[in-house]
Formats: sequence, structure tokens, C-alpha cells
Amino acid sequence: METFDFIEMKVPAKAEYVGVVRLSISGIANRMGFSYEDIEDLKVAVSEAITNAVTHAYRENENGEITLGFGVYEDRLEVMVADHGGSFNLNEVKADIGPYKDDSSIDNLRAGGFGLHLINALMDKVEINNNSGVVVLMTKYRDGIEVAFDEDRVSTK
Amino acid sequence: MEISINVKEENEKVVINVSGEIDVFTAPQLKEKIIPLVSAENAEVIVDFKDVNYMDSTGLGVLINAYKATKVNNSHIKIINLQDRVYRIFTITGLDEVMDINPVMRGGIK
Repeated sequence: METFDFIEMKVPAKAEYVGVVRLSISGIANRMGFSYEDIEDLKVAVSEAITNAVTHAYRENENGEITLGFGVYEDRLEVMVADHGGSFNLNEVKADIGPYKDDSSIDNLRAGGFGLHLINALMDKVEINNNSGVVVLMTKYRDGIEVAFDEDRVSTK
Repeated sequence: MEISINVKEENEKVVINVSGEIDVFTAPQLKEKIIPLVSAENAEVIVDFKDVNYMDSTGLGVLINAYKATKVNNSHIKIINLQDRVYRIFTITGLDEVMDINPVMRGGIK
């Protein structure tokens, strides 16, 4: 079985925390050796998913939480964004997720403009599950792994 | 995570200098400034994005609303000096084809 590090984070479903999550994803992706361009892509994609959850919480007048999960693999980063406060199990969510299709609960992402379009364009793989709340699972693969490893080794010494 | 917006009137034009990050938290501030300016009849509004280092779809939403307002009020909005990463958001969504946008070009002025 493939091993990975898992980072879980919960933030209030409020607009002011979207920037905080951007800093977090930037730190994780930087640690993994992603390029500057890829880190910027990740920041936008993750912000779009959180913005959707925040807007949903506002509309429903909820004081909710957003749960984020970062799966750090050798060759890729998987990011999960769930618009509910409950913890989730990475493998369970992955087993229960399908390709994106039209549905009212993700309406907002589209009505809000180009959110989902940007996520799809900027990430390598995007899946959405909306059985209990909306969970967005997105994956970005790392390019130039060898180079990144060499740099990493130098910088950590 | 902060944004600052400065409005200057130059001759017949209004220049809006934006700096910082435009996201779901800061976009309402931009909207508040920009919509009244583009809603003035025949207004010529230039938005300088030189110091905008992050923008997502919430910022695009504000600019789309502003663009729509120009159509109603016979005004014009132009966005200038976009950083590469911000310009990319426009090209991915195809908005660079719709709006008057002048990005920073490498190795010279477009």
C-alpha cells in the first residue's frame, strides 16, 4: 500500500480564512518541491473550493466549519475540501467519490462564475462527492521530481 | 490577505490602483469602489493591476459586473499591467477575449 503523510485542518466557514488556507497550501506544496507556477495553481484551485463552501455556509446562515485534508504523496498532492466540520477518512471519501456532474448542491460554484472551471483547468484530477455536504477532492502531480529532490536535499542540510 | 485600492482622477480618466490579493474576503471592497465609478455615464476607468499578486474567480465576478455596468452606462473599463499569474486566470476563463485587458508583456510593451 502506498504510504503518504496526511495533514488535516479545520477553519471556520468565513471569508477571512480563505487566505490563511492559501498560506498553508503554499507551505505544504513548497515543502514538496512544487514549482512556483504549480503552487500558484494550487492556491487558486483550493481557494475556489473553499470559497464555494464559505458562500454556501453564508447562504444557509450556518456557522459552519470547513475541513481540509492534504494527502502528501511521493509524486502528488491530494487536497480534500469538505463543507462540513466532521473529520473524514481519506480512503472512505475516495471510495465514495465520482466524476463531476450537474447537481444543485454545486450550483453555486458555477453561478459564482468560473470556480469549478478554474479548479478543473488548474488541477490534474478533480472529483466531487455530495452525499453528505460537498467534498471536493483534487490532485496535482509534481513535475521534475528528480530536480526537486536534489534541491530539497541541499536545502535541508 | 489584504487589499488596498486607490482612486485617482487624471484628466478625463479615473485610474484605480489595486494592490494585494483579491479573493472572497477582499472582493467586496473592490466591488464597492469600482461599480459606482463605471456606472457614471461615459466614464473612462483604468484599473491598474500591477500590484495584484493573487486573484481568483471572486475577482473575476467583480470585473464581470463592472464590465456589464459599462455596457449600460456607455462607459469603458480597461485593466492594465497584469502579472503573469493573474493574466492566466483571464485566459483560462476566456475573459481576455471579452474585456479590454493589457497584460505586462515580457521583453517590451504590447
